[in-house]
Amino acid sequence: MSSLSWWLEVALRIVVIFAAFLVVPLVVGQMEHKAMAHMQGRLGPMEAGGFHGWAQLIADGVKFAQKESVVPDAADRTVFQIAPAVALIPYLLALLVIPIGPGTQVGVALDLGLFFALAVMGLAVIGPLMAGWSSGNKYSLLGGLRSAAQLMAYELPMLLSAASVAMAAGTLSLPGILDAWHWYWLPWQLIGGFVFFTAGLAELQRPPFDMPVADSELIFGAFTEYTGLRFALFLLAEYAGIVVLCLLTSVLYLGGWHGPFAEQHLGWVWTLVKTFLLAFVVIWLRVSYPRLRADQLQKFAWTVLIPLSLAQLAITGVVRVL
Amino acid sequence: MTDEIPENEGAGRRKLPGAGLAQGLATTFKTMVTKSHTRQYPDVAPELPPRTRGVIALIEENCTSCMLCARECPDWCIYIDSHKETIPAPTAGGRERSRNVLDRFAIDFSLCMYCGICIEVCPFDALEWSPEFEYAEYDIREMLHEKPRLGQWVESVPPPPALDDAAEDPKEISLAQKAAAKKQAALDAAAQQEGTADGDA
Repeated sequence: MSSLSWWLEVALRIVVIFAAFLVVPLVVGQMEHKAMAHMQGRLGPMEAGGFHGWAQLIADGVKFAQKESVVPDAADRTVFQIAPAVALIPYLLALLVIPIGPGTQVGVALDLGLFFALAVMGLAVIGPLMAGWSSGNKYSLLGGLRSAAQLMAYELPMLLSAASVAMAAGTLSLPGILDAWHWYWLPWQLIGGFVFFTAGLAELQRPPFDMPVADSELIFGAFTEYTGLRFALFLLAEYAGIVVLCLLTSVLYLGGWHGPFAEQHLGWVWTLVKTFLLAFVVIWLRVSYPRLRADQLQKFAWTVLIPLSLAQLAITGVVRVL
Repeated sequence: MTDEIPENEGAGRRKLPGAGLAQGLATTFKTMVTKSHTRQYPDVAPELPPRTRGVIALIEENCTSCMLCARECPDWCIYIDSHKETIPAPTAGGRERSRNVLDRFAIDFSLCMYCGICIEVCPFDALEWSPEFEYAEYDIREMLHEKPRLGQWVESVPPPPALDDAAEDPKEISLAQKAAAKKQAALDAAAQQEGTADGDA
């Protein structure tokens, strides 16, 4: 009996996380459609679904599913075909360990949760690299290599700033970090939060760090040769990545389920509110800023973000010792 | 981030680092919370100015088939056919009158360039601008609007704008007033004459 309820619970957790994985990125995508449109003085999608185009992304998905999936002759078939999955699945795995509420409101309360989440997020960047290498197209290859260079540069500040939070909490478990969280961590870990969020944006290749998919010079970077459902999976991976990054940032730096009131009962609401606010910031940055050049990207990572994250580590260490 | 841009903006006023970035964010946010420019046209009718040049309406009763519009039309898109009819004399021994009867009046809107010259030249105000504009067709030949269709547009012709406060009265009114004043004066004179005649008696 207890074994049956255990299985039920596992199944329920998996179903909930999988549903969130499919729905929340679409909500963020729709938010991007609408927020970006209004920031540019437009209305955005208004027709699909009737009410303010709410079903636009579902319509897009149906369209992508109907399209022919073309694999170029020059492509490395197997690698080309599994690349979208490699890009997408790590974000699903990362969602498993991120707590959205106090207590047991987490897929898996892993002791190494932070380490696991960052490791699989780093893995996700292999997807574009595989896509770029296997497409047999010079634009794809350039895009893939730019992705790799960007990953190399931005993984370090991301890890260093995340390490600062782990140091402050004295644990790598994400629920553990949230249990140790106090409001004064907000100013204490402010620099780290900025570095983590910025480096995360760069890892997701979101504007203004979208050099690897710069459409004016590389068509669509590593995804140039993709069509149909596989292309849609890459796009879904981008939005799933935004969700995971915003969730992680809110858990590590903004207190996750901590809030001014009703923490125990409505903690998950606080997590979601913070996540969507951060997702809005991601969209806002995309609309506001032009793309950084490849050399500017590298210089920003190595001369600004890494020193800042080291400074954050030093501050964390000093405060801990005091 | 990397290249030093020469600081030649502003008169020596130094900005905080990141002020430009904040300004960019402020601009997009401000645009987001102001009303967007998109018009939902098929769902929401556009607000057109009252004298919009949409389509040309024909008030058939005013037309004398004088052909001025057809001859002034720069691209010859107005077709007029008419014939002459004689009206019997109204009184015995009088002269028969003749008048033009309009058989066909058509405007080919696939040729019309909406210059409005026909409306300007019409001496009897038989042509007017209507703000209606939704008369696209799948077949170009159906852009040729015949008399009944041109007549339908009259309903949507807006009334002419009101005169200025200081303006003279329209001719119809001033003429009528003048005639009325003349008649009154004549009546008054007659009454006075009668009065004096009574006094003399």
